[in-house]
Amino acid sequence: MPFPLQLETLLGKPWMYLVFAVIGFGFGFVLESAGFGNSKKLAAQFYFRELTVLKVMFGAIVTAMVLIFITVGLGILDFSLLWVNPTYLASGIVGGLIMGVGFIIGGFCPGTSLVAMVTGKLDGLFFVLGVLFGIFVFGETVEYYWDWWNNAGYMGRITIPEWLGLPYGVVVTAVVLMALFMFWGAEQLEQRFGGRDLTKEPRWRRYLAVGLVTLAASIIVIGTPTPEQKYARIASTKDAALASREVQIHPGELLQTMADDTLKAVVLDVRPEAEYNQFHIAGARNVPLAELPAIIPDLHAQQALNTVFVLASNDEAAATAAWKTLSAESIPNVYILEGGINQWIATFGQGDDVIVQMASPSGDDTLCWAFPAALGDRFEAADPDPHAWQLDFTPKIQLQIKRDKSGGGCG
Amino acid sequence: MTTIDPPRPRWRSRLLNRPTRDYIHPYLGGLLLGLVLFAAFFLTGNGLGASGGLNRLIVAGQDLVAPEHVDRTPYLLRMAGGDLNPLDDWIVPMIVGALLGGLVSGWRNGRLKVETNKGPHITVRTRWLMAFLGGAIMGYGARMARGCTSGLALSGGAVLSLGAWVFMFAVFAGAYALAYFVRKLWL
Repeated sequence: MPFPLQLETLLGKPWMYLVFAVIGFGFGFVLESAGFGNSKKLAAQFYFRELTVLKVMFGAIVTAMVLIFITVGLGILDFSLLWVNPTYLASGIVGGLIMGVGFIIGGFCPGTSLVAMVTGKLDGLFFVLGVLFGIFVFGETVEYYWDWWNNAGYMGRITIPEWLGLPYGVVVTAVVLMALFMFWGAEQLEQRFGGRDLTKEPRWRRYLAVGLVTLAASIIVIGTPTPEQKYARIASTKDAALASREVQIHPGELLQTMADDTLKAVVLDVRPEAEYNQFHIAGARNVPLAELPAIIPDLHAQQALNTVFVLASNDEAAATAAWKTLSAESIPNVYILEGGINQWIATFGQGDDVIVQMASPSGDDTLCWAFPAALGDRFEAADPDPHAWQLDFTPKIQLQIKRDKSGGGCG
Repeated sequence: MTTIDPPRPRWRSRLLNRPTRDYIHPYLGGLLLGLVLFAAFFLTGNGLGASGGLNRLIVAGQDLVAPEHVDRTPYLLRMAGGDLNPLDDWIVPMIVGALLGGLVSGWRNGRLKVETNKGPHITVRTRWLMAFLGGAIMGYGARMARGCTSGLALSGGAVLSLGAWVFMFAVFAGAYALAYFVRKLWL
């Protein structure tokens, strides 16, 4: 079974929420057990007396990170279905600085204040009330800087390995080593400022460190699966959908979808640029097949639920190859233009007598029409009037709504 | 002759006056929290979160009192506009679970106690005021940054989100920069 699970379709709402409640239970239990319900313990972090916050936080991050990228590398977990907090540099930095100030004044962060409150700490209760008030004020004032909040430094779904252009395994290993170095530094600081006796620290922490580095390094060896490897795992169902022509949509359905205000149709023209310049559907984006993998992060970032991707080549061969790549990367709502551009012109080019048919489509993805000039989308057939055409076709687009995470995360 | 002690209500002390135990070792805490975080991603595709849930609570309150206002304010609209129920979201059961988990752990380890943790040189009332003030600042900053320590730093950090790491260092920078000036609160 592919992970993460599609809980909503698998379990339905009340049971899905029970899963989240159980995870939340573990979260609260561990926070309290580690001493995060105690504001003095948290604030001690910032006076170098006791660096529990740093140890627990980075310990948790590297543990989860190593496990996530190992399972991704082994093909058990699909990284493109994980929620990766989008990057908004400006509001992230300013909000982070503000939070740091709140942290040292109030002594908690929102999650820890919840467990403090519930274990009877009155400062935790006041902190929770404060957080609620702060959130209320934010909701009422964000409209005054809405554009800045939504746009400044926006980079979408981007990870550090993507940003640096390095393999995931290398970055994971580097982060583990950095964390271990910070733990070592933290222990030195505790010894100096907090009078901690390091000889009494348990030996097992060294074994854990060695284990983490070994696992992280193994991610470099495993690597990340290629789109072909990912497709191989889902090939049985996907090839069936291709064969039964569930995903090839009639030109009329594409036209109707483009004209539908409730949907956002994105036509990806996967032909070479020269052919795209000759003729393309109005609004289509040219992404030659070889460049497709590079734009996948970009497609993931287009998180609007009503986006429908339609792939077009001259016939269907290149578009089908592109469809397999996008399916392997778990991009939802991807379709193929039936018969490709050749069929599109055959359907809508009847009045356009400057376009001349040279051959009948043979299925080998060559352009069967000749154009007087490379006019791109300035032909009539490139931008047909949706009201002028009444075509018979079987509608095939079924919007697969991926989980709406815009209100999720903490954000 | 031996005297028989009257039976002590042992269940009461077992339920209410449990012996206080030490906190677990920070690295063990990190490992366990990491496993919970991994389980969250592995099963659901989402990480952990807290401030988002509090946000939905407050918006639910606003939606009860002033639904028209909610429908006109873009930030609130996304959560509670029209017929949307702001509490119908995974993060709400998650914070309910976190409250329960904290309660059970506090109870098991004998740490359920009404008290106020503070530095030695401030009054309880000052601590309460500062807790509220710090909470308000934190709540505002967390929403601006689109996530708090759990939802952005922890969860985003584990999947190597660029923005999450930048944010994490900003939080530590803000706290360390101010720590010296507010040391009277804590030391």
